[in-house]
Amino acid sequence: MKPRTKRFALIAAGLVVLCAAAAFVLNAFQSNLVFFFTPTQVSHGEAPKGRTFRAGGMVKDGSLVRDGSQVRFVITDTAQEMTVTYVGLLPDLFKEGRGVVAQGKLGDDGVFVASEVLAKHDENYMPPEAKHALDQAAAAKAAQSVKTNP
Amino acid sequence: MIPELGHFALILAALVALIQGVLPLTGTFLRDPQQQVVLQSLARPTAALQCVLVAFAFGALATSFMSNDFSVSYVAQHSNSLLPKAYQFAAVWGGHEGSLLLWVLLLAVWTLAVALFSRSLPLDMVARVIGVLGLISVGFLLFILTTSNPFERLLPAALDGRDLNPLLQDPGLVIHPPMLYMGYVGMSVAFAFAVAALLSGRLDAAWARWSRPWTVIAWTFLTFGIGLGSWWAYYELGWGGWWFWDPVENASLMPWLVGTALIHSLMVTEKRGSFKAWTVLLAIAAFSLSLLGTFLVRSGVLTSVHAFASDPKRGVFVLIFLAVVVGSSLTLFAWRAPRVTLGGRMGLVSRESFLLANSVLLVVATAAVLLGTIYPLIIDALNLGKLSVGPPYFNAVFAPLLVPTVFLMIPGSVARWRDATVREIAYTLRWTALAALALAVALPFVLGGWSFGAAFGLFLGCWVALGTLQQVLDRVRKPGRIGASFWGQHVAHLGMAVLVIGITGVKCYEVERDVRMQVGDVVTIAPYTFRLDSFSDVRGPNYKAVRADVQVLRNAELIEVLQPEKRRYFSSAMPMTEAGIDSGFMRDLYVSLGEPLNDARTEWSMRVYYKPFVPWLWGGILLMVLGGLLAALDRRYRKSTQRVDA
Repeated sequence: MKPRTKRFALIAAGLVVLCAAAAFVLNAFQSNLVFFFTPTQVSHGEAPKGRTFRAGGMVKDGSLVRDGSQVRFVITDTAQEMTVTYVGLLPDLFKEGRGVVAQGKLGDDGVFVASEVLAKHDENYMPPEAKHALDQAAAAKAAQSVKTNP
Repeated sequence: MIPELGHFALILAALVALIQGVLPLTGTFLRDPQQQVVLQSLARPTAALQCVLVAFAFGALATSFMSNDFSVSYVAQHSNSLLPKAYQFAAVWGGHEGSLLLWVLLLAVWTLAVALFSRSLPLDMVARVIGVLGLISVGFLLFILTTSNPFERLLPAALDGRDLNPLLQDPGLVIHPPMLYMGYVGMSVAFAFAVAALLSGRLDAAWARWSRPWTVIAWTFLTFGIGLGSWWAYYELGWGGWWFWDPVENASLMPWLVGTALIHSLMVTEKRGSFKAWTVLLAIAAFSLSLLGTFLVRSGVLTSVHAFASDPKRGVFVLIFLAVVVGSSLTLFAWRAPRVTLGGRMGLVSRESFLLANSVLLVVATAAVLLGTIYPLIIDALNLGKLSVGPPYFNAVFAPLLVPTVFLMIPGSVARWRDATVREIAYTLRWTALAALALAVALPFVLGGWSFGAAFGLFLGCWVALGTLQQVLDRVRKPGRIGASFWGQHVAHLGMAVLVIGITGVKCYEVERDVRMQVGDVVTIAPYTFRLDSFSDVRGPNYKAVRADVQVLRNAELIEVLQPEKRRYFSSAMPMTEAGIDSGFMRDLYVSLGEPLNDARTEWSMRVYYKPFVPWLWGGILLMVLGGLLAALDRRYRKSTQRVDA
């Protein structure tokens, strides 16, 4: 091969590699996006079946039950509730009546099987997703009350 | 009174910084040589004055902390009268306002260092560099004064403070932010040199040589800071992870990746006069990412995008500042870059081409991390929903990009400048490659189970380690003085090898057991047996704790008693997990307390982990830090560098 052809071939090869890398990155990105749904959205069936997503709100008071290594609790956004099961140690900041975000999949029985319960580093800190869920429910309620009491 | 003096000093500092930023730079545009000299020589004294004023302000804030002055709002929020003295001082940078003040202080210190150690530089260059640093300082001081004043009073004064977040009450976290900031701020010096070179139109080998030691020191601090953060997360968060792909970690990793590309690219620019435009772009990118990192972490954007809503001024200021820095430097680049001459010719296979390949890979990896970090923020800010990008994405993307980067370290440093052949490189490295391959196949059997992943990681680590040793042995046999930068390069590369082996070892061979335990219960992770011996109550200065005594036995012989604690700080309801760790050369034994499972608090959930190779992670990082120090202290940087030909 002439030097010029060789150089061209190498540059072309480099571009192909770069495109492949970009395609690979974007593909990995696409398949690892984890969306967030509020308990209300989940109860309306908006959450995907069989795909990992996050759900959050408040841990309902008195809902925490231990059964061997499994824990079961209820997440509420004050409008709707959803039951969550989780196997493993709960983070330090997990408490009834406080905000929580869990990541996992929805089972066929409507119970959310969490693979991860997220911990944050500050007691005054409310997970933004959990706050979002409560705000959404509050806004929906407000809209409702305006409708019913004109 | 003291807080007001501090506030006043900060206002004066902003004025001085403005003078430092404007007048010396103006001096470089004047025609009259006398006026030029007058204005340019203002650079050094104003830098010194600004440093004194900022240091005074910082001292004033520290005094307020040490004297428990809870009439200062920031002190009331981040300190407490029961807090030990050392943490009261560290609490100065425990929140947003104070950490920005620390940033500005470190910037002033770096600027002073440039002013003091630049006697070999021509005056116009000093004026430009210090001028640019002054302008950056103006931006930060305005940010503090207009949106984040740490000296704001609280009326009426609080009786006691809300205390420093218990997670931050730890020696690792006392020095982590200053180290990390030294790295971030140091990148501003590399940036200032690049902008100064663009302004002067003299992008040459001399510029690269001036800039190199500063950039390497900044990189060294950044490495150390990231390592400290990882170490802290490992022993303080209580679940034995050392890297989570948390946005906060990504924010510090991105400037590190680009900074690594930058120190290598600067070398090519100095030695061969090539890659000039690329080097300048990397310097701009490294500093921009440092700014992004500082702001993302400290402005509250990351914990929630809606922190913008609580104080929209901050978010807007940050965005404008970033836009001004990135926009103006890129415009300057576009204006000047066409004048940049190409350097020496380089062959398709040569040390230059290897370094270029590594640079590109590092930049692509940075872009991938940036995408995963920023995308959820943008989607949220546009109200398109809430989502997150999980660690699987980063793992999937990062490893394939970094594996070739690490692999190329060895052929890259063996290849000759300008022109090399694949054959020659392969011939030089044939025994190293074979030895690395043999070790990679054999070692996993010794370590407890063969898997492709383990063999692959070990090959990579052994390849870099052996290749580095080979080069050192070859060089030592030859005559002539060996410079510190040679040792720096190879010690740092060896550190990378140790780190890669460490990561492989932890990932492939760690054993984690989450168990329920009562006093007398036993957990076995061969060859270690963990026995829960007793519980006791402990009282600290501002917390009380439950402590477990866990005996670790090996062959029925007691080797260590681990004492994990569950602390409860008086000032907050927040429980804190202190892990009990026994470190050896090859492994850590790690025990932490979960939560009590019955009302009598006799049965607890516990984590019992066997973590092989964790000490290698910290060892690898320390070697890289040592390498960076050696390289920066090389004697040739201290010689007069008035004239260096490309």
